[in-house]
Amino acid sequence: MSTRALFQKVLAVAGLLGAVGASAAEQVNIYSYRQPFLIEPILKEFTEKTGIEAKVVYASKGLNERLQREGRNSPADLVLTSNTSSLMDLLNKQLTQPVSSEILEDNIPSQFRDKAGNWFGLTTRARLIYASKDRVKPGEITRYEELVDPKWKGRICTRSGKHPYTLSLIASMIAHHGEAETKEWLQGVKANLARKPQGNDRAQVKAISEGVCDLSLGNSYYFGKMITNKEQPEQVDWAKSVNLVFPNQKDRGTHMFISGAALTKHAPNRENAVKLLEFLSGADAQYSYAEKNFEFPVRPGTARSELIKEYMGEFKEDDLSLTEIGSYVPAASRMVDEVRFDF
Amino acid sequence: MLNRANLSASRWLLLVATISLLVALPVLSIFWLAFFPEENIWPHLVDTVLFHYVSSTLILAGGVGLVTLITGVGSAWLVSMCQFPGRRLFEWGLLLPFAVPAYVIAYVYTDLLEYAGPVQKSLRAWFGWQTARDYWFPEIRSMGGAIAMLSLVLFPYVYMLARAAFIEQCGSIRAASRSLGCTPWQSFLRVSLPMARPAIAVGLSLVLMETLNDFGTVDFFAVRTLSVGIYDTWLSHGNLGGAAQIACSTLIFVVLLITLERMGRARQKHFVQSPNSQRERYILRGWRSGVALLFCGLLLVAGFIIPLLVLGSYAFSNFSSYWSEDFIQIASNSLLLSIAAALVSVLLGLLLAYGKRLQPKRSVRVLVGFSKLGYAMPGAVLAIGVLIPLAAFDNAVDGFLREHFDISIGLLLSGSIFAIIFAYTVRFLAVSTGAIESSLEKVTPSMDRAARSLGRNSWQTLWAVHLPLVRTGLLTGGLVVFVDCMKELPATLLLRPFGFDTLATYVYQFASDEMLERSALGALLIVLVGLIPVILLSRSIGWRRGEERTAVADSEAPALS
Repeated sequence: MSTRALFQKVLAVAGLLGAVGASAAEQVNIYSYRQPFLIEPILKEFTEKTGIEAKVVYASKGLNERLQREGRNSPADLVLTSNTSSLMDLLNKQLTQPVSSEILEDNIPSQFRDKAGNWFGLTTRARLIYASKDRVKPGEITRYEELVDPKWKGRICTRSGKHPYTLSLIASMIAHHGEAETKEWLQGVKANLARKPQGNDRAQVKAISEGVCDLSLGNSYYFGKMITNKEQPEQVDWAKSVNLVFPNQKDRGTHMFISGAALTKHAPNRENAVKLLEFLSGADAQYSYAEKNFEFPVRPGTARSELIKEYMGEFKEDDLSLTEIGSYVPAASRMVDEVRFDF
Repeated sequence: MLNRANLSASRWLLLVATISLLVALPVLSIFWLAFFPEENIWPHLVDTVLFHYVSSTLILAGGVGLVTLITGVGSAWLVSMCQFPGRRLFEWGLLLPFAVPAYVIAYVYTDLLEYAGPVQKSLRAWFGWQTARDYWFPEIRSMGGAIAMLSLVLFPYVYMLARAAFIEQCGSIRAASRSLGCTPWQSFLRVSLPMARPAIAVGLSLVLMETLNDFGTVDFFAVRTLSVGIYDTWLSHGNLGGAAQIACSTLIFVVLLITLERMGRARQKHFVQSPNSQRERYILRGWRSGVALLFCGLLLVAGFIIPLLVLGSYAFSNFSSYWSEDFIQIASNSLLLSIAAALVSVLLGLLLAYGKRLQPKRSVRVLVGFSKLGYAMPGAVLAIGVLIPLAAFDNAVDGFLREHFDISIGLLLSGSIFAIIFAYTVRFLAVSTGAIESSLEKVTPSMDRAARSLGRNSWQTLWAVHLPLVRTGLLTGGLVVFVDCMKELPATLLLRPFGFDTLATYVYQFASDEMLERSALGALLIVLVGLIPVILLSRSIGWRRGEERTAVADSEAPALS
């Protein structure tokens, strides 16, 4: 017992190094791939409501590896991701644990969560075609497949083919059309590019407003982020220069993917983490996601933000399973290299 | 007597070996990862994009190397050997671009020069052009742009080391060359430059490693170099082992390059008899002084003044909404981490460099070289390398305590600021060691022999003889490490504790979302906080050395002890 006390003294000193005790009073520790400005407001609501403090490490790469190396002593309870690939990777590395919660099962439709409860989708986003108001007539493009039409030569902009968002779309094309056909499609898109893939989704819309290109691929919520941008009013102009095209409405529907979360295998604050998951899937947080980030709530019946209603309305979603899309991502990644899409 | 000498020698060897191996642990971890790839990625890469990655890398590194060599050596020569208006300002002013992170300068110039930026807007208004298709304007997001951006912020490496070398050169050798009929140019090319070559080579190798490591700028400009390939292999092919293999191959390539350069000057040895001998400056008049002024002025304006003005105007346009209490905390985080890492790096660098001097064996040389490898690893990959031994150590300690005392202490070092300081040291030790080595190399061995024959041991000799002589190297090394740490991003992002931010992570958070305005204040603070030591130290490096010596030495001794 005295040894124990001695160690606790030593630990108190070690604490000065900034090491985090694995489990402290009411808190939940999060590794987040999602950007702070997207989730901090919602975490704040959670703390106000429950008194549980949310501590976060934000990083764009390597959190899965950090979790893996830290092993059973990792302080992290939850991992928040902005795409399905990181969730699949966590699952493959066996870094998650299943959660069974009626609240989560009621709030999140089955296609947006792992069957065993190892990961949960919290919001969905659509991969859209942004089209120039001036130079592309409404109805002139309606499907992803039409991006290879020679009439778009030198008129398409996109971000890197290696970005998870692009890879996800390519993976869904593989799922629907097979590898050979998809490769032809990808080569066709590359042949129509106005410039080397560069920048993020917003940069493409900016390029359309500048006349560099007429079509681009981009996530749905960026439109909301731009059209309501008070800090950079020029983004409003970018958004006003385009129409949103929800592709493939007459057949399989628009490509969707999720942002999600997983409970870590050794979560020291398991109960708090599950509470946070339940909170994030609940009506209030789901509405906040839609209201603040212009993402689509996964929870059926959540009110959609006015802006989403105005610009996006109801549309047909491709209901391909996320697990299936995930399984084709490695092939998509190889394919992007094979057609030298980014060069 | 002989036995004692042997004992002391083996102690130094042990010390050097311990430091080197500790620091090399993360790199060794990456090598270890390279043995366990998820799949063999090479056939796929060779068939598809490897050639493009390699050629982009070579073009970028060649371009940045050439530009920084010309600008760095040229400006160092001008300010240390010539007299022209504004020289005193440039002496420290040319260090300033170094405080600007490469990814920040890339954002700033993109903002200025892109289609929607003020420059092209004015041109369109002036000439009545309507769209991008009406005229040609150089594309900033390109290879050329990347070379320009990286060169602007990296040339101070070469400048700093070259200047220190020129200052430490003995004036009498140059005078002799002139009296033997050399023109100033000939004297520069045939005497000063070859004598400064070791220092310039160190500066240039730092520039090249920084270039190989850069991810932020090349990614932003869509220049796909090997570092992009490394991250891509890791993240989108899900093959960390393959990424480690590419990183290690790059590393081996860098080591080869440095070894070749060393072999090239293996027989060169020269020592400074009296480093503080009076320097005769060339007094530039007429158009020559104009050219000197323009040359240095352009570097200062493009590399520092313009970014400062752009960031400043953004930061203060909406200061009240950006400034928060957190900012002071974040800035002090950056400051403390960077100071700690700089002190550790200088101390270890000094021990390594001095150990190598006492024991110029191949084994010691290899060990010291080994300790520098961290600098050539991409930041995020190195961060994984830091995680592996730290987490293994933590889990081992925890496991031991669980087993024997039934208590769990969780993670001691991983996820603490110790991990970040360790990562910084691993990453930047090459910088401090290199600077100190190039200073030490110039101290003639007869100094050591004189001190030892007067009965001083190796530590006393180091303290009384070498430290005062290599002060410039120590300061330069410490300064560069400090500023580098202020800017470091990928390793900081991944290794930090919960809720912990530095200025760099704060800037990244907004800049990566193309919100330059929001990130400007943080970027400005990196630059300003980085400035204070730059100015303080650069004033003490070789500035009126004679008069300042005693005062400066007194004030700095505690800081470096």
